[in-house]
Order: sequence, then structure tokens, then C-alpha cells
Amino acid sequence: MASSTVAVGVPVQVKTKTPTWRIRQSVVTYVSLIPYVAFALFPLYITLVTSVKTKQEINNPNLSPFWALGLTTENYKYLAQYTHFFDHWMINTLLVSVLATGISVVIGILAAYALARLRFRGVEAFGVAVFVTYLVPTSLLFLPLINVINFLDKFLHIRDTYWSLVITYPTFLIPFVTWLLMGYFRTVPVEVEECAYLDGCGRLRTLLTIVLPMALPGVICAILFGFTLCWNEFLYSLVFIQDELHKTLSVGVVTELIRGDIYFWGALMAACIMGSLPIIVLYAFFMDYYVSGLTAGAIK
Amino acid sequence: MAALRNAQAYIGSIKGYGMAISEAPNSILLDVSTAEPIGRRWRRALGPDLDGYGFVLPAVIIMTALIVYPFFLALWFSLSDGMIGETRHWIGLKNFAYILQDHIFLQTIRNTIIFAVSSVILKSVFGLALALLLQRATRWKRFFRGSVLIPFVAPTALTTLGWWLIFDPTYSHINWALKHIWPLNLLGLGPYQWLGQEYLALAVCAFVNFWRGLPFFAVTIFAGLVAIPAQIYEAAETDGASAWRKFWHITLPLLRPVLAVVTLFSTIFTLGDFNIVYVLTRGGPMNSTHLFATYSFTEGILNHDIGLGAAIALFLFPLLFVIVILQLRMVRKETSYGL
Repeated sequence: MASSTVAVGVPVQVKTKTPTWRIRQSVVTYVSLIPYVAFALFPLYITLVTSVKTKQEINNPNLSPFWALGLTTENYKYLAQYTHFFDHWMINTLLVSVLATGISVVIGILAAYALARLRFRGVEAFGVAVFVTYLVPTSLLFLPLINVINFLDKFLHIRDTYWSLVITYPTFLIPFVTWLLMGYFRTVPVEVEECAYLDGCGRLRTLLTIVLPMALPGVICAILFGFTLCWNEFLYSLVFIQDELHKTLSVGVVTELIRGDIYFWGALMAACIMGSLPIIVLYAFFMDYYVSGLTAGAIK
Repeated sequence: MAALRNAQAYIGSIKGYGMAISEAPNSILLDVSTAEPIGRRWRRALGPDLDGYGFVLPAVIIMTALIVYPFFLALWFSLSDGMIGETRHWIGLKNFAYILQDHIFLQTIRNTIIFAVSSVILKSVFGLALALLLQRATRWKRFFRGSVLIPFVAPTALTTLGWWLIFDPTYSHINWALKHIWPLNLLGLGPYQWLGQEYLALAVCAFVNFWRGLPFFAVTIFAGLVAIPAQIYEAAETDGASAWRKFWHITLPLLRPVLAVVTLFSTIFTLGDFNIVYVLTRGGPMNSTHLFATYSFTEGILNHDIGLGAAIALFLFPLLFVIVILQLRMVRKETSYGL
């Protein structure tokens, strides 16, 4: 598990170095870290500052764009009153993210367990297929997936609705979740499972009652990452949905809040803050899971 | 680096499987032999855990229907002619012949190369530097690690809108700073049309991609750094090695596999990038920022020529294929430092 390797991170202590040297070293370290932190947070800071300004203040070229003179909630009110941000886009995004992640994690758990433990002909080919499909970018698949959605629409009304996203998001989630969980399942000792077998547990019951609880950090990590990937997804949502009421957050904001040459910068920035906030809060609480998921393989 | 360890163990198991199924170290062998002779024959042919097929079935169905089938559909689109929903006609390689003499497509190839190469180089250099700093920062670890990672977890389309404001011609914070903030105003630079000039716009797109991708490099390389055994450094110190020599002769060689894998992953995702360019420039000005994904979107969706769009997107595939092969080989060659 990546988290265990992270914990080993003890910087090399050199006994012969003087205290002054050590203080100087850490001053250098922290001073050089500050630009990186500032760089990472800069656009978010600008977004936040702009979102609490009035239209007059934003449009006044003599006032500094780097801070706000007062605090106003007019942009957030505009978002709630005149757009579908909260009543549709956010709910749609939440619904799609929860459903797609749920489906993918369940399917991924089963597939990852088979890859980690079971021996049958074709399992190695399946493993390679998972790895390869997980590197196929969405930009290669969005055109043909329109046809697939139109075909499925004959049986179930999914075209131009967020249900088309619930169906297509697993395309990038399942390979990722499977690959991630396979590693966690391998860390569960085989002996524990064998005991469960001797006690008469079936394969599925062993997975549910023995393996899953022991690989719980991995499952949490998979859920968090799946959710984040869905929440941030842009291309499929942009291509598959034209109905304003069915759009997801990112696409709704980019396509509906930018109209012609008149930019509603205040409202636009307020939307960016509100759209990123749920993910950033989630991230603040579960940072370690994100770090281990990140190092457990790349994310799209 | 669970993924790397996975891949290694996984490849190991493939080798083991070929030799003798019953000796595969991970398999559970409490196979209660109540099966009929026919079942036993199946078992010999297909492996001891026949229920494995049931476990992978849902994933196989979805991956076949929504990844493999669409991939071949894209191939058929690229070789045929017709609008969305119409009957398509085979036209052979005409779409590819067309895009290869289309100057916008040739420019797209050039843009993509400049975009990917410059941002991946920036990401790996600064990512390595940031990882080394993060390793040395023992206080406020969570704060530093947490804040530098935010660009990677926040929704790209939305954070890019923030960058868009920063680089907007009338509202540009940078132009404002160049005009009003001492000592920058003494330089007499600007105002620049950040997103309105050909090379500048592409540079801005690459820069935003660098901003978003930097945390991935930093955190992954950091995980690689902490996995290097401290004893190696201690031994080097007893021999009187300088910090620079330690970095050059210990850190860098031992990080090589991690660096290779991270770079390849990032290259794949940078080549397929869509969000940043779509939000910042939509491919303009004068098509100077089009990448494969945005140009494919323009032709396939906006101009309704789905065959051309598919051909453009598929052009990425040989490139990706080479990188994936390289990557699989890298993963195999991984060092044994428990990454």
C-alpha cells in the first residue's frame, strides 16, 4: 500500500551537521515551498476574490483585481435565482457521480478480486485489457459513444439526459477502480481467506465478509477517486447533453453562463467556487486516501 | 506505489500461470472435488477457479460494449462517409488522405507536440524539485502537501475559467500588474493579448496544463523518494559524498523507473487533453491551439462530419500505442526497492 511507504518518509538526519546549518536548511526549504503553494492556490484565490465583488468593482480598471474592497453575495444570489446551478446542475452532477461510482466500484471489486486471486484461463489477457482500456482517452471514444447512446435510447430513454452519463462514465471508472483495488486485494493474506473457506464460506461471502473489510482503505480510495473523476468530467457531458436542465456542473457553467461577449465574471467565478467546493471539502477530509490513490496509478 | 507493485506482481503471476496452474502462489487451492468428470476436464482446460468468469463478466460486458465496440465503431466511422444517423458508405482511407493535406490538421499535430513536450518537461523538472522540497519539509506536512495537490483534484473546467479571467485581454491580472504594480510597471511591458496571439495562446494553454499536472508529478515522485532506503544515503555520507553527488548518483538513478512511468502516464493524458484548450481558446486564434481532441470535437460535433472527427481522434492511437508498450516494459523493469 502506498500509504505505508509514505510513512517511511524520514529525512536523512546527519549527526555531524550543526544546529545553525539545520536551521538554515529548513529556512531555505520553507521559503522555496512558498512560491509553489502560492502558484497552486493563485487561480482559486483570484476566483474567490472576484466572486465576492460587485459588477462595478470588477469593471473598474483602476481598482486592483487582486483583492476586493467589500464583500457582496450578489453573485451567489444571481446563481441561485437566475440559473439552474443549484436546483439542477448540482443535483444532476451529484446523482450521476454517485450512481456511476456505485456501479463501477461494485463491478470493479468483483473484477479486481478475480484478477488478484482467481486462476482461470484468460485472466492474464483480461488484466492486460484492463490496463490498456484504462489508458484509452475519452477523446477517442466520445464520437462512437453517441451511436451507442442512440441505440440504447430505443429501449430506454437516455438520450440527452444525464442517464447517458450514468451509463458512459463507467468506461473510464471501471478500469481505474479495478486496477487500484487489485493492489489492495493482494495485500490481504491468502491464509485468512483459506480459513474462511474451511469454515464453509462461499467465494462471494469470503469476498464480502473477509476481504472487503481488510481492503477497506482501498475501497474508500476507489469511491473517492471515482466520485471526483465523475464530478470533474467534462467532455462526455458536453457532447451528450444539450438539454439545459440535464447538464452537469462544469458543462452548465461553461455553456450557459458565458453568453456572447458579455461575461458575467462575478457569477461565473461564484459558480467556479461553488462547483469546486464539494470536491475540495471532500479532499480536505480524506487527503491521505487521495494521495495513496494518486500514487497508485495515474488518473485521467 | 501500489500500481507499480501490482503490475510487477501481476506480471509475475502471468509467468507462474503458464508453468503450472496448481502451483500459482496466490490461488486458493481448497478445491473440493465433488465435480463430475466433465467438470474436471473443464477445470483442467480453463483453470481451477471457474467462478472467476462470473466475477469478471460484468466488467467484460461493459468494457466490450462501451470501450472495445466503440473503438471499432470509430475505426468504421473514419473509413466511411455520412452524417450522424445516416447510412454510412465505405470510402476507404479518404478521410485520412484529407486530413493529411489539411493545413489545420498539420498545425494541430505541431500544436500537440509543442503543448505536450513543453508542459511535460516543465512538470517533470518542477515536479522533481517540489517533491524534494516536500520531503525536506517536516513541519506542516499536511498543509504543504494538501495545498499543492488542489489543482489536481478541483474540477479542471472550472479552475481553467479562473485562469481564463487571469489571462483575459480586458481583465487580465497580469497586464494590470505590469501596469500598476511597482517595480513591474518600470519594465514598460504589456498589455499583452495573452489568448489572442498565436504562440502566446498555445504557451498559456501549456502553462495551465503544467499548473494542473504538477501535483501529480510531485506527489508520485515524492512517494518514490521516501521509498529509497535511508541506509544508502548514510553510507554515501560516511564516504563524504556532497549533497549534489548524492542527488546525482543515488536519488536520480533510483528514481528513474518512477520518473519514467509518471512521464509516460502524463504524456498520455496531456496528448488527449480537451478541457483546458476548450475553455481557454476553443482552438483559436487561427487554430493555433487546437489539439487532437478539440479539433476532433470541432469537425465531428460542430461541423457534423463524424468520419473526419473519428479519423482525427484515431490519429492519436498509434502514438498512444507506442507509449503504452513502452510503459508496460518500464513497469516490468522496475527496481526492487518496494515502490
